[in-house]
This record gives sequence, C-alpha cells and structure tokens, in this order.
Amino acid sequence: MNKPTPSSPPGIHAIPAARRIGGAAHTARVRRRKAAEARFRACGMAAIVLSLAFLAVLFVSIIGKGWSAFQQTYVRLDVDFAPQVLGLDAGNVHDAQALSAANYPGLVKAAIRANFPEVRDRAGQRALQALFSNGAAFQLREMVMADPALVGTTRVVWLIAGSQVDGLVKGHLDRAAPEAERKLKDQQIAWVDQLAAAGKLEKRFNTVLFTAGDSREPELAGIWGAVTGSLLTMAVTLLLSFPIGVATAIYLEEFAPRNRWTDLIEVNINNLAAVPSIVYGLLGLAVFINFLGLPRSAPLVGGLVLTLMTLPVIIIASRAALTSVPPSIREAALGMGASKMQMVTHHVLPLALPGMLTGAIIGMARALGETAPLLMIGMVAFIVDVPQDFTDPATALPVQIYLWADSPERAFVERTSAAIMVLLGFMVLMNAIAVVLRKRFERRW
Amino acid sequence: MNLTLVLAALLGLTALAFQFGRSRALKLVDGRVRRLHSLPGYYGWHTALWCALPALAVLLVWLAFEPTVITRLVVAGLPDEIRDQPPAALALVVNDLRNIVAGAVQPASEVMRAAAERYHRLHALASWTLVALLAALAAAGGAHAWRRIAPEFRARNAVEGALTAFLIGCSTVAIFTTVGIVLSVLYESLLFFGHVSVFDFVFGLEWSPQTAIRADQVGSSGSFGAVPLFVGTLMVSLIAMLVAVPLGLLSAVYLSEYASPKVRTVVKPLLEILAGIPTVVYGFFAALTVAPFVREAGAALGLEVASESALAAGLVMGVMIIPFVSSLSDDVINAVPQAMRDGSYALGATKSETIRQVILPAALPGIVGSVLLAVSRAIGETMIVVMAAGLAANLSANPLASVTTVTVQIVTLLTGDQEFDSPKTLAAFALGLVLFLVTLALNVVALQVVRKYRERYE
Repeated sequence: MNKPTPSSPPGIHAIPAARRIGGAAHTARVRRRKAAEARFRACGMAAIVLSLAFLAVLFVSIIGKGWSAFQQTYVRLDVDFAPQVLGLDAGNVHDAQALSAANYPGLVKAAIRANFPEVRDRAGQRALQALFSNGAAFQLREMVMADPALVGTTRVVWLIAGSQVDGLVKGHLDRAAPEAERKLKDQQIAWVDQLAAAGKLEKRFNTVLFTAGDSREPELAGIWGAVTGSLLTMAVTLLLSFPIGVATAIYLEEFAPRNRWTDLIEVNINNLAAVPSIVYGLLGLAVFINFLGLPRSAPLVGGLVLTLMTLPVIIIASRAALTSVPPSIREAALGMGASKMQMVTHHVLPLALPGMLTGAIIGMARALGETAPLLMIGMVAFIVDVPQDFTDPATALPVQIYLWADSPERAFVERTSAAIMVLLGFMVLMNAIAVVLRKRFERRW
Repeated sequence: MNLTLVLAALLGLTALAFQFGRSRALKLVDGRVRRLHSLPGYYGWHTALWCALPALAVLLVWLAFEPTVITRLVVAGLPDEIRDQPPAALALVVNDLRNIVAGAVQPASEVMRAAAERYHRLHALASWTLVALLAALAAAGGAHAWRRIAPEFRARNAVEGALTAFLIGCSTVAIFTTVGIVLSVLYESLLFFGHVSVFDFVFGLEWSPQTAIRADQVGSSGSFGAVPLFVGTLMVSLIAMLVAVPLGLLSAVYLSEYASPKVRTVVKPLLEILAGIPTVVYGFFAALTVAPFVREAGAALGLEVASESALAAGLVMGVMIIPFVSSLSDDVINAVPQAMRDGSYALGATKSETIRQVILPAALPGIVGSVLLAVSRAIGETMIVVMAAGLAANLSANPLASVTTVTVQIVTLLTGDQEFDSPKTLAAFALGLVLFLVTLALNVVALQVVRKYRERYE
C-alpha cells in the first residue's frame, strides 16, 4: 500500500490527506490554535485593562466625592456690632482683653433675629441658629479683634454656614426623604431656599480646609495641622535617613571588605526592606517611647520610626547610584594621587548624588503616605492645635484621613476625599521631581 | 537655655577652630604648602573635629540623663511622708511634678510648689554648668588639636579615620534596627507569655482580649486564642492573592511578550501607580466604595454579606498587590533565555503555546518567589484591613462574613487607653512577633528561591 511515487518525497503518504497542510483536519486545528492564541492574548489585555480600570474607578470615586469640599457655603447677614449686645461699654470698648472675651455668640443670635423678624418663637430661633456654624461667632470675633472700630457699626458679613446647610446647597441632602429622617426640617429648608432666592447664599473657596486644624465640626475642620505634622515628621526623616543611608551605601560599596560582617549587614538591609511597617511602629512604641521616654504623639518620634523604615530604600537606591559610576573615574582619581576618601568625596559622590536624591525622594514619598506605624506611637489623637515644634503633639496627613474616614457624616466624607486629593497631590509632586531629576542628571557612561 | 542657641554657638566655635587650625598649619611652613604632610584644610578639619565632637558627646549624654537626674534629686528632697508612698503613688507625684514644671497645671499644694521651684533652680544651675562645661571642652579639645599641628603631622589620615568611623557607624544602624525589633517584640512577648501560655495563644480558638479591670466585672474573661486571627488573615490574603496573581501574572506576560515597547512604556508606570498609592487611601476606598458595592451585589444575588466583609478588604488589597506580582514576574520572565523561545518557535509553537508550555514552566520558581513576597506583603498590610475588615474575631471560612486579622488586632489593642503592661497590650507584641517571624520566613524562602533560579540561567 501507499507505494511512494517518484514525484512526492517519501513518507508524506504516511499522513492521511485530511491532516496534511491544507487538509480539513489540519485547517481546523490551525484555526483552533489561532483562536487559543487570540484568547490568551485577550486575557492578558483584559488583565491590564481591568487593573487600570480599578485605578480609574479609585480616582474617579475619590475626586467625585471630594471636589465639593473645596467650596463652602456662606450666608449673608447684616450684623449690627452693637456694644450692648457684645457686653461692652464705653469703659472697656478699647480693651483688647474685654474685646476678646465679649459675647460674640449673642451677636450672632441678635443678627439672626434682626434678619428674620418674622420668626418670633424660641424653637424657631433655635432652628434658625442651627443653620449657622459655631464658627460664625469666632469669625465675628476675629473681625472685631482685627479692627476694633467695627464696634457700633453695622456691616454686611458673610457668615460660615453649618454643615447641614452646606450639604443641602451642594445637593448631598435628600429633599425627598421623610422629614423625620432628615437633619434639616422642612421649615429650615424653606429658609435656606428663601436665602438662596434672595442671593444671600454663596459658595466660596473653602479656605478653612487649608488653614485650620482638626475640629469636631466638619465646616471648621481643616488639614493644616495634619500637613504641618507631616512636614515636621518628614523633616526629621529626611535629615536622618539621607545622611545615614548615603553613608551606609558608601561604606558598603566603596570601603567594606567582603566578609561575614558585611554579609550580615546586607542580609539585614534586604530583610528590613520587607518587614511590615506596623512592626516598625511596635519598635517605636517599645524603644523610643517606653524605653527612651520620648514624648508620645510627637513628630520627632514619628520621624525616627519612619527613618528606620525608609533607610533600606535609600541605601538600596544609593548603592545602585554608586555602582553606576564607572570604575575609570575611580582609577583616574587614584592615579592622580588622591586618597580613597578623596576619590569618593571629590569624584564618585558628586556623580552619584542625583541618583541618590531620586531614591531619597521616592523613599520620602512612601514615608509620607505611611499610616500604620504612626498609629502605634500615638499620632492618632484628636489634635486641634497646629504643632509648632518637633515635640508638640501632632498628627500626620494620612492619619488625619484615617480619623476622618471613621466619621459617618457626609460632610466629613467629602473632606476626607479632599485630604486624600491633597496627599496624592504631594506624592505626584515628589515623584515628578524625582523623574525630572533623573531625566536631567542621568548620564550614560 | 536654648538648645538651638547652644548648638549655634558650638558651630561658631567649630568654624573658628577650623580657621585657627588651617592658618596655623600655613604659618608653620610660611605658606609653602608642599612642606605640609596634608593639605592645610585637613589641619583645619582636624582641629574642628577635636573642638566639636567631645562637646557634642557630652551634650547628648546630658540631654538624655538630665531630666531623670534632676527629678531624682527633687524627689529625694520631698518630705518623708510623700517619699514613703508605694512606687505607683510616687510615680503619680512625679508625673504631677512634671506637669507643674511644664506649666501645664497649677501646683495643688505648697509642697509641690516648693518642689517645682527646686526643680527650676536645679535645672537653671544644670544649664549653666552645661554651658560652661561645653565651652571648656570645646576650647580644650580645639587647643589640644591646635598644639599638635606640625608640618609632619598626618592630619589627613586622622580626619579620614574619623570619617571612616562615621561611615562604619552608619552602616551598623541596619543591624541595630533588626536587633531592636527582635528584642523589643520578643521582650514584651515573653512578658505576655508569662500571663498566657504559648499553647493557648497559638492553638486557642477564642479571641476576646477584654480583660477585667475590676475583679467583680462580668463577661470579660480575656481569652487570647489567636487561631481566629490567623484564619482571618489567611482568608483576606487568599482573596487578595486570587485577585493579584492572575491579574498580575497575565499583565506581566502581556507586557513582556506581546506589548509593543510604546505600550510598555506607558502601561508599566501606570500599573506602578497602584503600588504608590498610600494604603490609607485604599482603606477609604474599600470601606466607602467597594464594601457597599459588594454588599449590594450580594443582596441582589440573595446572599447576606457583612458590611465589613473579608471579600471587600481582600479585593482591594489584591488590587494594591497587582504591581508587586507583575513587576517581579516581569523581571523573571525577561530572564528566561531567548534561546528557549526560539527553540519553541522553531518547532512551530504559537506564541501562547510557547508562553504556557516553555516560558512559564521555566520561570515558575521565580514566579513562586514573587508570589511569596506578595503574600508577605498581604499578611503585613494594615490600613486596608483596619478600615475595611471587622473587629470581632469570628472563626469562619465564609468570605462574605466579617473577619479580623492580626494587624487589625495590633492596632485596636494599642490605640486605646490602657496601662502598658496589661496582657491586652502585651498581646499586641506577641501578635507582632508572629507577624515578624512569618513575613521574615516568607522573605527568606522567596529570596532563596529567586536566587537559585537566577543561578540556573546565568
């Protein structure tokens, strides 16, 4: 059977006709394999698209929740700074202490009464006052302290509105919900609509968010305290981790003999890079606070803990920067009679510095977003004052986000998202600087 | 006395010492630098170091011990009836004293006022002594170095020796950190295991760390069986890995084998962004967006989902870990020799057949290593689970139920107000020890696997 004909090569007749190239079975199999190829490729593409979609959803959800926090509703009132309402008389109207202790909440109440003469009963008055923030009195106080001549005059003042009114104006409050479930009652909504119709409501840029410390009232809460705390913490981290990290890298790359001791150091550095950050928090609590007695909640301790956490990153980046400097530079320096230390400080280090800085900035960006170790050392307290010093109680921006995220109020949700946007903004900025540094100073040898 | 001022003064003295040292070296050889052993600047540095370092060392020791010593002195001067109290009560008095001294509270009694005054007096005395001591030390050190300056004096060697010592000192920080972590966590854990046996901790099935504050309190037995926490941690990590491994691996394969260089340069950094986002942001996203979504999706399917389900936390954690898996696998896949691909293509395999039957098996050890590293990340991750997973320790295998993890419990145990050596606080350190050991083991194994694999192809 299948006698080979002289025209076709031997062996080809062993393959049935359907399976030969171009045969039916072969075509089907090729089609199947091509389909499998396309499926596999689509899977890979889908994985990337899905991952990036997560990223997009994350950003959209945070920006969607947070953008409205950059505005805050203000209400226009005619305020009569009457001395008798403030509890001042001719004797002490110029006395700063009396001015600062005067009855500003009373002034707000009087102004509300004067602007809504039709509301007479106490319950109505209280409902009206609830439209304004507790911060309105502070606002008036600041105005008077800045300019005592205001006392006795009548001014148009934009007072900060309460968080519920703010939510209503921004459309976060469901007007269709039954009255009992709403924080604002029908009457109050009617007043707000009336104010809006009269042009007495205005959304302005929310300066409080960027200048105030924390507060229980959403409309008075700001991130400045947390940002300052973060900056102080980062200052400590940078000042300690950069010199120590660079020095370690220089020693290991340029001076250290290859022996068990340096092996031990290297193994340590690699393992420290993978230790969970919360363990660093435990270290900080046990060593810095309980053993050394440093103050709790202080940026100093936070900075120390983050230094230990960032060191491996900086060391690894600095070593990479040092190895990228070609040996010819070193040989040239040594050939000119430089000592080894002179070779490093005069030639190798300046060439490696941009790479080291890039690594340091990336390490700092990571440290800036770190929360867990700071919780351990007590930087998680409710702190109203803006910290002035490295030992003042402080919190940090990511911790502030964590604290606000716990609060169920809608007004805090939008502020949390806004704080996240600020934090991400800082990180984008730092990474951009790192990229620019790399682009500008990167050298191809 | 102002610390900044003292430091500034010391800096000024050091600068002065530098000038003196340098000019003396130059003067000794009449400006002919060649006759000096070292460049004149090194003589300046040598003098400056001698001026600054001893004074700085004394300053550091002083800052560390001054408050304790003065407090001891003041307490020793208190009337006997206060000093004879039990140590706990005395500690309260000392605490009061500190607050009065800091100006935070007004003194309650005449005795305390006197003590506070005594503290202030001693403090002022100590400050002036310190300033005098520092000045004397700086001057003496500087003078000593200045007198040693001679043309044949090897100033450069001395300065470089000091610098090398600094470099070596810095490089040991890593070792001290590890030692610090091990010692602190181990010490507190040993204290904890004095209260609770190791066996109960590792194999106990019930976790309720609310210990009784008063003896007659009900419902607060305080049991420390950590199995529910381990199970919860493993469950959340497992869900995270189920998300991260397929997505990360497929992205890595696509990027390294299919994508054009242009797509690669755009997509890779975008994926890395996922790793750069702070975990607290993920936690917020998980708690406010993903968890409600999961609950509603479950309700639509007729399932009951806890509002703090393991699923939501695990999903978001998985997204966070995608770039770890993908970038590590990417490296590993790129390390597979091109010859193996070429051989496969030459046999007529398609690209996907090559990947599945040649590249992935060849890269498997490296991929396993990268997955192990990702698991250790997931186990140690804190903020996502703190914000999106539960607090109650349920021993459950249901991913829709609320579970708690080791890290969540560490945070809850240590952020409340409690005395430091209660078993409740110490339990956090025992959990920390477990966490440290497990992640360490995972990392060591993973690095070993990856290294073995690299050796095979080099």
